[in-house]
Amino acid sequence: MGNKKKEEEFEPKIVVFACNWCSYAGADTAGVSKIQYPPNVRLIRVMCSGRVNPAFVIKAFERGADGVMVSGCHFGDCHYMFGNYQAKERFEILKRLIHILGLEKERLRLEWVSAAEGGRFAQVIREFVEDVKKVGRSPLAPITI
Amino acid sequence: MVVKEEVLKKTQAYYCLDCGKCTSVCPISRFNGGFSPRRILVGSLTGRYEETLKDEKLYTCLTCGLCGTRCPSDVKFGEFIKNARFEGQKLGNLIPCAHGGAIQSLMRIMTSPSLEQRRLGWVPRAAKVAEKGEVAYFVGCLPYFDAFFTDIEVDSLKIAKAAVKILNRAEVEPVLLKNERCCGHDLLWAGDLDNFKKLAEHNINAIKESGANTVITTCAECYRTFKIDYPIYIGPLPFKVLHITEFLIDSVSQGKLNFKKTRKKVTFQDPCRLGRHLGMYEQPRMVLSSVPELSMVEMERNQQSAICCGTSGWMNCDAISKRIQSHRLKSAQQTGADLLVTGCPKCYIHFKCAMKDPKMGKELEIEIKDLTSIIADALGR
Ligand code: SF4
Ligand code: SF4
Ligand code: FES
Repeated sequence: MGNKKKEEEFEPKIVVFACNWCSYAGADTAGVSKIQYPPNVRLIRVMCSGRVNPAFVIKAFERGADGVMVSGCHFGDCHYMFGNYQAKERFEILKRLIHILGLEKERLRLEWVSAAEGGRFAQVIREFVEDVKKVGRSPLAPITI
Repeated sequence: MVVKEEVLKKTQAYYCLDCGKCTSVCPISRFNGGFSPRRILVGSLTGRYEETLKDEKLYTCLTCGLCGTRCPSDVKFGEFIKNARFEGQKLGNLIPCAHGGAIQSLMRIMTSPSLEQRRLGWVPRAAKVAEKGEVAYFVGCLPYFDAFFTDIEVDSLKIAKAAVKILNRAEVEPVLLKNERCCGHDLLWAGDLDNFKKLAEHNINAIKESGANTVITTCAECYRTFKIDYPIYIGPLPFKVLHITEFLIDSVSQGKLNFKKTRKKVTFQDPCRLGRHLGMYEQPRMVLSSVPELSMVEMERNQQSAICCGTSGWMNCDAISKRIQSHRLKSAQQTGADLLVTGCPKCYIHFKCAMKDPKMGKELEIEIKDLTSIIADALGR
């Protein structure tokens, strides 16, 4: 897409919605264990992945995010019982919308990360940043700076 | 403020007699005593215009036009609301959006010129469609609604498939624009004039490039937007715009379409945009009655007095909307009809949603179909 030539220096802007009880704590674990991950992500703490209204994700794309990730507890671990099941359902809808909009599927990701999985959190972010770098800047990026 | 004078003048607000007929017929006021079109209008005339612009009630109005059918002074209340919203948005006031504003975001995303959508994945393999040609079918937001409302099974794309089937049967190979945008209706009525214009210009150019001289829509709102708003805000259109019912009437009278017997008793929900905004009450009824053995019954409130489906432009969906919808669905049931026919994909979505309500949904159930779908079904295989 868009500015292919600038790809070498392209640093994607990525929004991550992380649930307070598992994934955000997982990011914390990565931090205290001094496991590094790329600084492209803007972490937004929500109480539960089930709090992530599809509008949050679509709005992030509207404002020019190159990738968006929703992250919560593993199934069975959600502190609100079925928040992550809801997140999964909505994610399916989001995938379809992103497809119709013509955005690459690599820009959207759903991950379950527990509070103990600091290493995994960092790994997931590294992969995601790599994937988004490959598809390049979002075609929506220029509309807002 | 000069704009204020202009708005009040062109919507004939100064002629208001303060009679309150608008409030007495307004479906919102009926269930929400705090909302009164008379008070909004008279307030704006008597020094509280700036407050009106900031008031959330400005977005509560459905712009359904029912008040306009009673107003003795022909005040254009819907136009007043639309213009006031333009100004309200210039001041950066927040709109109460349903679904967290997701749908408005999708529409604003579509203003981006570099978007390469994949919006035609639904087209059936057997369908005959083209990239260039004389007649274009404007699909609008149906692919997005279909995905977004998966959980209430609205299946909006059924309407699009039905339209293509009808056109093919009438020996038309419609152009489907692979990169058309939302028509802009909802952004316009939310007061976002700039983004509306971007969408409109994009669509007009895409249609011009396709070489089409006729554009057909299956959505009452797309139709009103093309017919009334594009010429006002952009300029005269270099093509003709038809609602599918108009196309159907022509094709039936020329004997191009033959329907099989459909033993159903149906009632019709007049969409505000098609009915009161454009005066098209007869056309959908003519189309329905051209299907053999299909009989029509009217709801108590029909045509000019029909009640809106309760939500407009993905704003203001709340408990009041649900009450309007349940009231409307009950009057559809009272007609004894087997089937409620809608003429706007959004009425369809809103009623479907009301019927999915976990508490009262069961009581409200009635089979519902869009006009385009029922006609396509009547064509047989
Ligand atoms: S346009 Fe409809 S909703 Fe708005 S004030 Fe008039 S009757 Fe009420
Ligand atoms: S019905 Fe017309 S004249 Fe009467 S209060 Fe409403 S806007 Fe004014
Ligand atoms: S609390 Fe973590 S997903 Fe619900």
